[in-house]
Amino acid sequence: MSRNSYEPVIGLEVHVHLKTKTKIFCSCPNRFGDEPNTNVCPVCLALPGSLPVLNRHALELATLAALALSGNISSRMKFDRKNYFYPDLPKNYQISQFDMPLSIGGGVKLSNGRTIALTRIHMEEDAGKLLHTAENLDESEYTRVDLNRAGAPLIEIVSEPEIKTPDDAHEYLTNLKQILEYCGVSDCNMEEGSLRCDANISIRPIGETKLGVKVEVKNMNSFKAVRDALRHEIDRQIEAVNAGKKIVQETRLWDAGLGTTRSMRGKEESHDYRYFPDPDLVVFTLEKDFIESIRKKLPEMPKERSKRFELDYGLTQRDAGILTQHRDLADYFDEAVKLYSVGAKAIANWMLTELLRVIPEGESYSSKIKPKDFVELIKLIDEGTISGKIAKEIFSVMASTGKAPRDIVASQGLTQISDESSIEKICREVMTENPNPVEQFRAGKKNSIGFLVGAVMKKTSGKANPQLVNKIFGRLLNE
Amino acid sequence: MNPYNNGEHVCSPLRFLLKGISAGDFSSQEVIDHYKSRIEKFNQKLGAFLFLNPSDSFEDGSLKGIPIGLKDNLVTKDMPTTCASKILKGYIPPYDAHVVSRLRSSGAWFPGKLNMDEFAMGSSNEYSAFSPVRNPWNLDCVPGGSSGGSAASVAAGLVPAALGSDTGGSIRQPASFCGVTGLKPTYGRVSRYGLIAFASSLDQIGTFTRTAEDAALLLSIISGHDQKDSTSANVDLPDFSAQLTGNIKGLKIGLPKEYFSTGLSDEVESAVKKAVTDLEKEGAVVEEVSLPHSKYAVAVYYLVATAEASSNLARFDGMRYGLRVEDGALIPTYEKTRGTGFGAEVKRRIMLGTYALSAGYYDAFYKKALQVRTLIQRDFISAFEKFDIIAAPTTPTTAFKLGENLSDPLTMYLQDIYTISANLAGLPAISIPCGFSKENLPIGLQMIGKPFAESEILKAADAYQRITDWHLRRPREFDE
Ligand SMILES: [Zn+2]
Repeated sequence: MSRNSYEPVIGLEVHVHLKTKTKIFCSCPNRFGDEPNTNVCPVCLALPGSLPVLNRHALELATLAALALSGNISSRMKFDRKNYFYPDLPKNYQISQFDMPLSIGGGVKLSNGRTIALTRIHMEEDAGKLLHTAENLDESEYTRVDLNRAGAPLIEIVSEPEIKTPDDAHEYLTNLKQILEYCGVSDCNMEEGSLRCDANISIRPIGETKLGVKVEVKNMNSFKAVRDALRHEIDRQIEAVNAGKKIVQETRLWDAGLGTTRSMRGKEESHDYRYFPDPDLVVFTLEKDFIESIRKKLPEMPKERSKRFELDYGLTQRDAGILTQHRDLADYFDEAVKLYSVGAKAIANWMLTELLRVIPEGESYSSKIKPKDFVELIKLIDEGTISGKIAKEIFSVMASTGKAPRDIVASQGLTQISDESSIEKICREVMTENPNPVEQFRAGKKNSIGFLVGAVMKKTSGKANPQLVNKIFGRLLNE
Repeated sequence: MNPYNNGEHVCSPLRFLLKGISAGDFSSQEVIDHYKSRIEKFNQKLGAFLFLNPSDSFEDGSLKGIPIGLKDNLVTKDMPTTCASKILKGYIPPYDAHVVSRLRSSGAWFPGKLNMDEFAMGSSNEYSAFSPVRNPWNLDCVPGGSSGGSAASVAAGLVPAALGSDTGGSIRQPASFCGVTGLKPTYGRVSRYGLIAFASSLDQIGTFTRTAEDAALLLSIISGHDQKDSTSANVDLPDFSAQLTGNIKGLKIGLPKEYFSTGLSDEVESAVKKAVTDLEKEGAVVEEVSLPHSKYAVAVYYLVATAEASSNLARFDGMRYGLRVEDGALIPTYEKTRGTGFGAEVKRRIMLGTYALSAGYYDAFYKKALQVRTLIQRDFISAFEKFDIIAAPTTPTTAFKLGENLSDPLTMYLQDIYTISANLAGLPAISIPCGFSKENLPIGLQMIGKPFAESEILKAADAYQRITDWHLRRPREFDE
């Protein structure tokens, strides 16, 4: 059969680190990048006798995420043990949720109007990090274990197998990340491991309702890698089927370098995790009041916010979309506009060009330039105190020094010259010094005025108000 | 100074020693020295201690340096904690169990760590990886288990009191075999933080003392809510000692008929019935009651406890602490470490529990066991609608000989037939001496109370100890 007679069926499992101060079952810092094995205690080291206690903030963030994704929160909270031996798992079981997840249902909207439904969202603890001397544990001479990450709080978001294309998978992840970031639930940084994604994928002839044999693909460390891996895997499966081969249920690893997947383990090697309720953590009721108090913390979501920016401030869909991509940026805009609503469009333009240029990815937008100062700069332009060109220079100084724009203007004498008689004086000088362009203008070559304006700006180090200069030349040259 | 015979009828060593130190009759150091010399003299014979504390120091506090023995599954930051297992030999934890820090800050002195069945799995203390413990009443007999070292050391007067843990009878059965008072509080009354887990939903730390009075005193120190244990109950803490009025008029005692049937020895049956009659004479009202699901208790227990244990003991893998037997790759190292480190009974239970949780068997075994556990709990709930406490034998027989049951795990498991239900239902229960067999071996009376009603069973036990002297008897072998 031709390639087009198959359709892929994709489901994604996304693990997201919750942005809590401490780990999910102990009070160790939930922080990465520290010296190995420094953020550890008897609980996350699984020392004999230690016991887990659920971090309330982790529960709050997980609930917030589930509500933001329109999940139905379970009224009972139960944790289970997932039993398997591995050196990154100190207890040799992971505390997770098996048959009573935090939330069931919900979904993520795509731009094509479809909503990808979620199967469930559950809470669990992360494992530690293994540092191999070779590529994997079996081939390593030795492996070091860093347990700083062991016990970090995670939510796992499982989608229904109803994603139809690698591009949809990419958009699903982008939108999911945006929603979670917006709620302040997670940084969702795939490179830093605060978001991880595994994919389940199968193919079937179009029209077939039964699902094909699914293959799990792991080891993708960017959204692009997910898309690439899925594209490759679809091709591989179609080729295999067309060659008369059977797809086997297995786990495959994506190799970004080679652009291929390779088999990691088959179904027969899959674990029996012997899930059972963790007797150390009592089942408890999630009170309605608790859920409602979390619901109150839900922020305005990006899609609604973007719409509001368009309607209230006349921004284009594209500009509003960019401004609402990160909550931090949208908050910046809202704060600035609150201070100077008539300047909304100028604020948006300046944010999209200048602010995004000077703030490196991942850094807080207000770290260098406070919205208050940003607005002041826009006002200085609108008042005619400074020209747009000077404003850009001031902006650079603001970004590097954090000074207020008025102070920079005052200290560097950058105030725009808007006094007509002073400008006229300079214009006359320029006309005397440049008789040729003046002649040319008067002979009908109207664009030679540009040269004369440039000469004035040069003489005033750009401080002359360009509108005034134009106006005055118009008068003088036509005398 | 003789804490055991000072002319008072209810002679509670803890109380006696505290009073004596306060009155200046003797010093804390003299008390410590007294017990140290007894331990030195008799421990060899008994095998109760696995480790002796070289330091005499103790903190300021109400216990004034009085020695309290600790079962070796309670973690201590200054002494090895091994669970009597080779896999933890020499392991010194970096922190104190909640109960240990409570006792430490209350001024207790810890003479050392007490022997037990490996990981608290056993009913005879013969499963200790290091040495068996002997019964002070007859050195050829077992002290019971798993807290055999705790029971034997209190019975032989090597310590005035000790802590143990009870998962299916591990405090009450050895208390019964050794003729001391053993209290298992309500599940959640005492924090399990720092108790090396055997079966998390059943484990509970409790006390070994000579009297109910001393048990009340010790319980008030170790109990109470602890934020580090999610299963620790945030409930009111009564003044346990103040409830010991001796007045049990109108106390309604239920005798479960299922506990007086086949397998119960005549001597035990008649001693227990006599004890109940004595309580009746004090004004208690005694009637028969039925706990119809009792017959399933042992089966349920050996599924739930082993399932939890199989997971709890997974952490002993040679990667971070304890024994490590390297054998090339990861899996062989796991296998060698655990194969060498765990004893036969521990392995048996890990395998049973792993099986009970396995795909395809979970519903038939573990899940079914949880359902029946609920039925057993309901039996008690309905019994307690009518009765205040339930009285029964602690064990079917008196202490058996060392080696007698070793070849037959099932017979060994039946040792817990009367004690297991209290664990499955999370109820407080106590065993107190109520007589002696022809062979001069102690017999235990068990009393089970409503959740968090330790006061009730302590009151009944204390009332009984006011009118009897079984608890005052001491094995001659250990006289000075
Ligand atoms: Zn920790």
